[in-house]
Amino acid sequence: MTLLAQSQLQETFELNIGPQHPATHGVLRVKVIMDGEYIVKAEPVLGYIHRMHEKMGENRTWNQFWPNLGRLDYLSAIAYNHGYAGLLERAMGIEVPERAEYIRVITVELNRLQSHLLWFGAFILDLGGFTPLMYAFDEREQILDLLESVTGSRLTYCYFRFGGVYNDVDDDFITGTRAFIKRLRPQIPMYHDLVTKNVILMERLVDIGHISADMCRKYGATGPVLRGSGVNFDIRKNEPYSVYPELDFDVPVYHECDSMARYMVRMDEMEQSMRIIEQALDKMPDGPVKAEKAPKILKPPKGDYHFAVEAARGTFSMRTVSDATNTSYRMRLRSPTYSNLSLFEEASRGMLLSDALAFMGSLDLVIPEMDR
Amino acid sequence: MGTESISGIETSVPSSIVQFHMLDQLRALARANSLWPMTFGLACCAIEMMSAGAARFDLSRFGAEVFRPSPRQADLMIVAGTVNKKMLEPVKILYDQMTEPKWVIAMGNCAISGGPFKFKGQYNVIEGVDSFLPVDVYVPGCPPRPEALIEGILELEEKITGTRRWPRVKPETAVKG
Repeated sequence: MTLLAQSQLQETFELNIGPQHPATHGVLRVKVIMDGEYIVKAEPVLGYIHRMHEKMGENRTWNQFWPNLGRLDYLSAIAYNHGYAGLLERAMGIEVPERAEYIRVITVELNRLQSHLLWFGAFILDLGGFTPLMYAFDEREQILDLLESVTGSRLTYCYFRFGGVYNDVDDDFITGTRAFIKRLRPQIPMYHDLVTKNVILMERLVDIGHISADMCRKYGATGPVLRGSGVNFDIRKNEPYSVYPELDFDVPVYHECDSMARYMVRMDEMEQSMRIIEQALDKMPDGPVKAEKAPKILKPPKGDYHFAVEAARGTFSMRTVSDATNTSYRMRLRSPTYSNLSLFEEASRGMLLSDALAFMGSLDLVIPEMDR
Repeated sequence: MGTESISGIETSVPSSIVQFHMLDQLRALARANSLWPMTFGLACCAIEMMSAGAARFDLSRFGAEVFRPSPRQADLMIVAGTVNKKMLEPVKILYDQMTEPKWVIAMGNCAISGGPFKFKGQYNVIEGVDSFLPVDVYVPGCPPRPEALIEGILELEEKITGTRRWPRVKPETAVKG
């Protein structure tokens, strides 16, 4: 081989994806070194939407920090509310009334449903199919209506309080939720018929974006990404909190480790969320929705506290160091998509660029949550 | 900003000796009813922007549904979310790359003033995109509802044509549910 041919073979070029690019779902930038159509190295660059959440946790009082929780991962904001409520309840030893816990579970699962629906639509949009987005948003708006009726907002919820929830749910919400579940349940098999069995989708997803369980452990990936790699790990089962132990649901696990497995995990999770909501509605007792003895001014005793919940994208955990004042000494937010993205560099080596973007979609990224 | 040279041509036509008033009006009407926004989601507001374009709210009723990922094909920049110091330069570049005539909507409190992330001693958030972009319409809310964004686009249409083409919905006449 001549020297010229060799140098041509080794010729690589650098490609910038983002920070404004429709496939990155936000302001993520990926520096890619390409060899033709194949990726040699892809390096995600973060920080384009860093909004100082952790710093605000340190200079806001405990109650003033609530709105930030709705703006971290704005697609599963209620799960983040749950994380913060659980953290302070653990620190202060506040007992939560049972009805409040059931309301929390119902709203969190509704929120998870709408998050997965939006992901479903946006993911297929990335792959070139426009229609599923419209179907998904049609269903999603129904959930937003239900949640808006109890929480008062459509997206950035600030619904939980320490020791309960802000508002009790009314009968309209309960009957509306039941009717909605009845409506959504036949839709999911229809999605499978219309989308999952599609040959083009199978070509783009099956055996693409292989992530082994070891790689997931190495980078700390959680949520559907981990469960798509054959590891049965769900905080709701492994470190039970709230009333999840009393509810009967399965954790979908797929062993194929490819993009299709992650897709299937999320689709099955929607089914399980519906099961959880139905059971919780049946079991929900009457009673107060706020702990009576919850103090107005919070000063958790000195110490280091931690609480983890299963958000739509994986394990969200909060850790705070309290020095017994009305603000946190240090607030640490562990967001799932940051870890899920960090394996992108290793997993995307040698991949076609178009496959890498499909793979990135299957990770379900929310950038403001990653940058915090 | 690169706007000076081209906007010179824009303004020179009506002030010339030969007036094309009807033609200008027609052109403004066409522009106002076929705004092409840029797909430019920054944060939470981007999801409401998606909602505005999707099933229920259907922005295409007002001719503004053609979201373009490339700034060169777009004439409306909807700044939907928080702009921070690192993102400032890319936003400026994107605005400069858009072709004239172009408009800017600041969507959400973050884009208007820094919103909930404005506090004493904050180190990263730009407090209002109007500090570096010529904003035409402000849409408040955190995040604004899709209806609010649609109203913002209608306001912009009014600004372009000078007349309101769609009826203004008053709160007392709005249909509930």
